[in-house]
Amino acid sequence: MLKLLMILAVFSFNSAHAAIDTYEFKDADKQARFHELTADLRCPKCQNQNLADSNSEIAQDLRQKVYEMLDAERSNSEIVDYMVARYGDFVLYEPRFNAQNAILWLGPFVLLIIGLLVVILLVRSRSKNNKVEESAVELDTKQQKRLKQVLNKGKNNE
Amino acid sequence: MPRLLLFIPLALFGVLVLFLWKGLSIDPRELPSALIDKPFPTFKVEALLSPERKLTTADIVGKPVLVNVWATWCPSCRQEHNQLLRIAQENKIAIIGLNYKDDRTAATKWLTQLGNPYQFNIYDESGMLGLDLGVYGAPETYLLDAQGIIRHRHVGVVTEQTWQELQTIIQSWEK
Repeated sequence: MLKLLMILAVFSFNSAHAAIDTYEFKDADKQARFHELTADLRCPKCQNQNLADSNSEIAQDLRQKVYEMLDAERSNSEIVDYMVARYGDFVLYEPRFNAQNAILWLGPFVLLIIGLLVVILLVRSRSKNNKVEESAVELDTKQQKRLKQVLNKGKNNE
Repeated sequence: MPRLLLFIPLALFGVLVLFLWKGLSIDPRELPSALIDKPFPTFKVEALLSPERKLTTADIVGKPVLVNVWATWCPSCRQEHNQLLRIAQENKIAIIGLNYKDDRTAATKWLTQLGNPYQFNIYDESGMLGLDLGVYGAPETYLLDAQGIIRHRHVGVVTEQTWQELQTIIQSWEK
């Protein structure tokens, strides 16, 4: 019985999860933007969590900062810029397009185009080859007569 | 020529292997600093050991310095402390402490007990200077040039090897 209780206690600790702090928002719009921003910004310390989910010190500070900036009537993009200026593009869960990651954004399209070109070229060269073969098989009337003669001879000999 | 074309998939596979191989030795926890080659953020914060003294950006420019982010709650900081003391003894570069989100009494006690490698300590109780600096955990160490521009960031424990690397960077400026 004691064991069972202990196990239960351990599990209840695990499920008493992260990030419960109370913020008073002036209006519902700010509250919605707070949730949106903390969901889209990544915690620099615990790398696979966003600010909303993480309970690390730094995530708490950054949530506080987001809250303060919202309170100071700053726009979403201002807040995101503020974070990027300090923690780099890493904090964005939706990465921006820039020179460094251009290859990741454009790479698939470039590969797709290359693939399409290869397919087109292959299809073209193949249909050309087919035409050559067809024309080689085609016989003019003289040849057809000769062919019939040859075939008939074979039959007569049987 | 067509025979050579058959090697394209092998070459592509080779490139893929190269990338994956490189990926094995990258530490994902080590983030590049967004502030490399940018000036140290401006600040006006109390000194740890003398609260009446206000430290500003002017206190850290003029010569190259190491800014070491530490706290008593950080076990790795204790681990690197002896190395910091050794660096301070060599007297090649000044170390400035950034006491990050810490308790003043505990931090003062730490310095008296373990020794003080720092020229002075910035007492960043709220962690807001740390936030401006892009700190995401202690210990972190920043190398600033004489103009107060951040040239290098080291995340984690400073070891003898780290110190050698830092010295190489400093020496490259002197040339």
